[in-house]
Amino acid sequence: MARSAGGQRGVGERRSVNAVMAVVAWLTALVFFFPVFWMILSSFKEEQDAYTSPKLLFSPTLDRYSDVTETSTGLLSFREAFFNSFWVVTVSTVVVLLLAIPAAYALAIRPVPKWRDVLFFFISTKFLPVVAAILPLWILARNFDLLNTRLVLMILYTGMNLPLAVWMLWSFFREIPRELIEAAELDGAGLRGQLASVILPIALPGLAATALLCVIFAWNEYFYAVQLNPADGSTIPIWVTTNISTRGNFLAKLSAASVLACVPVVLAGWLAQKRMIRGLSMGAIK
Amino acid sequence: MASVQFASATRLYPGTHQPAVSHLDLEIHDGELMVLVGPSGSGKSTALRLLAGLEPLDEGAVFIGDRDVSGVRPRDRDIAMVFQNYALYPQLTVAENMGFALKQHKVPKEERTARVREVARVLALEPFLERKPKNLSGGQRQRVAMGRAIVRKPQVYLMDEPLSNLDAKLRVQTRAELAELQARLAVTTVYVTHDQVEAMTMGHRVAVLRDGVLQQCDTPHALYHEPVNLFVAGFIGSPAMNLFRCASGQPIRIGGCALDLDAAMTSRLASFGGDRVVVGLRPEAVHVGEGPLAAHIRTVEDLGAEAFVHVAFDHEGETAFAVSKMPAPFKGQTGDDIDVGLAGTVHVFDPVGPRIATGPGRFAPSD
Repeated sequence: MARSAGGQRGVGERRSVNAVMAVVAWLTALVFFFPVFWMILSSFKEEQDAYTSPKLLFSPTLDRYSDVTETSTGLLSFREAFFNSFWVVTVSTVVVLLLAIPAAYALAIRPVPKWRDVLFFFISTKFLPVVAAILPLWILARNFDLLNTRLVLMILYTGMNLPLAVWMLWSFFREIPRELIEAAELDGAGLRGQLASVILPIALPGLAATALLCVIFAWNEYFYAVQLNPADGSTIPIWVTTNISTRGNFLAKLSAASVLACVPVVLAGWLAQKRMIRGLSMGAIK
Repeated sequence: MASVQFASATRLYPGTHQPAVSHLDLEIHDGELMVLVGPSGSGKSTALRLLAGLEPLDEGAVFIGDRDVSGVRPRDRDIAMVFQNYALYPQLTVAENMGFALKQHKVPKEERTARVREVARVLALEPFLERKPKNLSGGQRQRVAMGRAIVRKPQVYLMDEPLSNLDAKLRVQTRAELAELQARLAVTTVYVTHDQVEAMTMGHRVAVLRDGVLQQCDTPHALYHEPVNLFVAGFIGSPAMNLFRCASGQPIRIGGCALDLDAAMTSRLASFGGDRVVVGLRPEAVHVGEGPLAAHIRTVEDLGAEAFVHVAFDHEGETAFAVSKMPAPFKGQTGDDIDVGLAGTVHVFDPVGPRIATGPGRFAPSD
């Protein structure tokens, strides 16, 4: 009897602890989400309202969105920037995957000699601060006539995301039971057959997670873009900054532009969420 | 269908000093079910992988039929393998799993479907053809893995502990089915297991390996009754053979009681130079209830039809243990003092391994 009463008290205590934890979690989430919420709110305001003291009640307008998409304050229109970003992100992500899949295969499934060193080399390229390499990159780009082209960003984003993609795919490929690959080998599948019919279908969630991260990083990249490609072929992050003006109010407009810049990645993340969570946890749980 | 031959096959894993398989010479006849058995690390799986081509040979050669396949890619060896964890492709249905190899070999779709259906019928898998492996029970998965191998009609089947993931009852049942299926298909089969009961019940012949070295390859009957060395004697048989270290002087005494051996054995023992021997007796040669040896019962395992009686007695100043296989019902209980007799086949080994002699023996009546 005594034990069961104690047990009930234990359950009750645990429930209240859980409730407190839930409240804390929600509050933390709200604190994190608040700036985003404020940005979205401001994007529907008139410029002067965005500057005045915080008010939640106002008449929402879509004018700021039409402002930023229809008029081009800088050299770059939204449309141009969007398509530049789209192509740069798509091409760099596809190339990254095409290169990373065989690399990860060679490191995870049929380890080449010194594969640990190779893997470390890949990730070590991320140690260097980008700003330390920007001058040689700029000179190279100028000498190859690549400044202000989409191509230079495609190349750089490929280089930027490749180590991460190799590392991620390596960890996903490593989880594939060796016997499955051996079974495919005995069943007559060549290298391409093994990849296409066994490895990639099984690692699909990991592949999706990797692709998504590449998309996000490439879409959000600002530093290379502003240094090497500030004008013609530039991307959405650059376009967002063109909405900052030295004269007049611009906070609501900037908010609208920022929301537009966020939408594709948020959408991609939401669509890939299920796959991505499985992919990201693939390495953790057997 | 074909014979298989390992000719001095050796595999040394990089970074190790002892070969996983060392100079293995083994011939497997056409249509034979050869079981490779041994404890963990004995090299039995490595030997199978050498045959499959999944591991490279460091020395020697492997033949399938008359063809030296040592340098041939796994997919060109015309073999099919059943893995311990079945290695079913998780994203494919049962039918696709079974037809995968045929598809890789560009067998026309109609023939593929027909062959998969036929094998599915034999293995009672027809109702599950459209299911994914995750929606099958362990036994069904095992059958799909078998089916995937059978559909191909290869020259050799390789099986790497295919039953070890099944529960005990299903394992016994599948064991019999598998042996029957193998006999019907008459395809040369190399079967790896660590379970000596599985080895003894299934194998036409059994090859016992230890530390990468082949110890003995023979029929189950010969392995049981004429083990070539201490290792095989101790490994084959359940419960294991009783082994007693004794002085080699005649007569050999166990627990103070002299063993009567026949003339042939006595003369072979006389020519043995060492001063110690190991005497081995199967549990059925140990008789609890009558005999000159005073012992007490440690425990009784009553299996219904028979009982394994574990006894302890004093032997050369130390406690020795023995197990006896007695017909049920057995009356004694744990802790009882009881007389023990020895009568049956006696094996005598050199303590470093090889067998010196085997023959009938019993406790001398008047000692």
